[in-house]
Amino acid sequence: MRIFIEGVGVLGAGLSGWPASLPILAGAAPYQPAALVIPASELLPSAERRRTGVPVKLALAVGCEAIAHSLRDAAELPAVFASSAGDGDNMHYIFDMLSQNGREVSPTRFHNSVHNAPSGYWSIATKSMAPTTSVACFDDSFVAGLIEAATQTLASSNAVVLIAYDAPYPHPLHAARPVSATFGIGLVLTRVKTDRSLAELKIGISRKTDASTPIADAELEAMRVGTPAARGLPLLAALAALCSEKSGPSEKASSEKIPAKICFDYLAGKQLDVAVLRC
Amino acid sequence: MQPLQLSAFTLATPLGAGVSATLDALRAGRSGLARCDFLDVDLDTFVGRIAGLEDHPVRADLAAYDCRNNRLAQLGLEQDNFIEAVAAARQRYGRERIGVFLGTSTSGILDTELAYRQRAPETGALPERYNYEGSHSCYSVADYVQRALDLAGPALVVSTACSSSAKVFGTAARMIEAGLCDAAIVGGVDSLCLTTLYGFNSLGLVSNRPCRPYSVDRDGISIGEAAGFVLLEKVRPETDSNNVMLLGVGESSDAYHMSTPHPEGAGARLAIKAALNAAGLAPGDIDYINLHGTGTKSNDAAEDQAVFSVFGGNTPCSSTKGATGHLLGAAGVCGAIISALCIQHDFMPGGLNTEHIDPALKSAYLLKNKQQKVNFTLSNSLGFGGSNCSLVLGQVLNRGSR
Repeated sequence: MRIFIEGVGVLGAGLSGWPASLPILAGAAPYQPAALVIPASELLPSAERRRTGVPVKLALAVGCEAIAHSLRDAAELPAVFASSAGDGDNMHYIFDMLSQNGREVSPTRFHNSVHNAPSGYWSIATKSMAPTTSVACFDDSFVAGLIEAATQTLASSNAVVLIAYDAPYPHPLHAARPVSATFGIGLVLTRVKTDRSLAELKIGISRKTDASTPIADAELEAMRVGTPAARGLPLLAALAALCSEKSGPSEKASSEKIPAKICFDYLAGKQLDVAVLRC
Repeated sequence: MQPLQLSAFTLATPLGAGVSATLDALRAGRSGLARCDFLDVDLDTFVGRIAGLEDHPVRADLAAYDCRNNRLAQLGLEQDNFIEAVAAARQRYGRERIGVFLGTSTSGILDTELAYRQRAPETGALPERYNYEGSHSCYSVADYVQRALDLAGPALVVSTACSSSAKVFGTAARMIEAGLCDAAIVGGVDSLCLTTLYGFNSLGLVSNRPCRPYSVDRDGISIGEAAGFVLLEKVRPETDSNNVMLLGVGESSDAYHMSTPHPEGAGARLAIKAALNAAGLAPGDIDYINLHGTGTKSNDAAEDQAVFSVFGGNTPCSSTKGATGHLLGAAGVCGAIISALCIQHDFMPGGLNTEHIDPALKSAYLLKNKQQKVNFTLSNSLGFGGSNCSLVLGQVLNRGSR
């Protein structure tokens, strides 16, 4: 599959949006962990905003950043949401209530418990009646989301936004499923090249022969390994290298840092190969 | 879209396990709903519970995946020679060329609900035996089914509440079109758990009688559980005329409210029109509509407006949820399989439990079974978060030769 990337959004501790993260991911600036601040969405009515937890706010923020970057209208774009864990805080609250006498589950908690809650809030916020889907694939949820979004892009005349997000479970679920960080990625994908295209991606599934591509910084590498949505970091690093090469002076030096191929773990015995090409 | 054939399908619902049990129950007008006796649930409601799941473990070599949802998946897989049909497809294409795309809304979270009751008093820790990956994980059921069928193609779970197992047909069609696989197992599994029973109850959406879709006195859903699977593949030259095809998938969002449908059914209407468009059919071509028809005031009113606005008031339609209950994440595939049975047997099931159709609803709702030629069907799935999906199925080859 060949597709193009037109917009990027990213949020994680020490990665506050794409412009600020670009030099860090390109290796031109050091990574410094910092408290994660999720910008409040102006799109959701305040009543709805109060009802939402971290995953919804995170998904909205990275999706909006990527679409703003691509200069497109969110109301027109199909959206693919990928998450392994969904909203762990909300689920914990429901399970806790269900284990007590009375079992009084709040209606809002319940409708927020569906895996597609962020996509529901997204379509309300952006007034988009375009299709959205919400997928899960355990540790490989980012890859599954990328594949789903790429196939949608090929089948559609429009751009598609991929929004991958995950956040840690609270105790006691955290011990059973230790998602390590709160992290989100947004990518706007297109079938044809536009004047805003940042890179071309060549994507294919193959039998497992290579280790997954790591991130040089040890702390970011820990985030990548421990958080399903952050498995997408090597793709952002390759994009960052490409973007800084375009604007930077030392073209030759940085182009050597671009891996010809990024390899993602994907299910048992397989891998997803992504070549990030200049366009 | 390029038509895909439903080479094999199977389901296990409160009506029974397998296609024959389902068809027999629909023909006899028998409902699978009964007063709720699930665990220690103290709600005054009816459920579609599948008896015997407690004694039907998952495959021994996959014991790490043992939970009610995966047990139900296993029960579904064992019906209608489905495993044999998949084995034949594996021979044709190879195990890496067959995808597994399944829908679920609550996966195996019943295990987590029960584990929370057994938290260690001092630390709050979950019991040692609790296994997140094999039960609670949203992906667990696709992981289990992929292993149980010895497949190694692309796989994922779509979890968009009650449209989940309809939307997987779209995912499969796109994956096949993109060349990532040649065939796919699509479907869905959702099983009873406390979150949905108490959650829907908290929203005032659960009836204390068997649900009565389209009835003037409808007052909510009855929750059921089910597994349904379809082997979907490119049309093969030797396919006979009795084979049902997936002709169109239409998806949309309401952009209105998390748990209430758009009052005029604007999102549902978009999905229906997109499915017809993908199939290259006009509204008048559709012979029967399997409605989402949950039996809540708001769903049936909104869906009726959408259906009436596209089809007018003559196309026969019904909801089978009076028979099966609302199968949530498995509703889409079960609606599709029932529609496929309607096509194969020129049959339309009347909606159960409803005596007087709400006069405000204008579609041609069937209260009695009807035997009549069915070439093309539409089935609707509408979920929380305003997630809508419609599927068009039909027989397109030389029907006269039957």
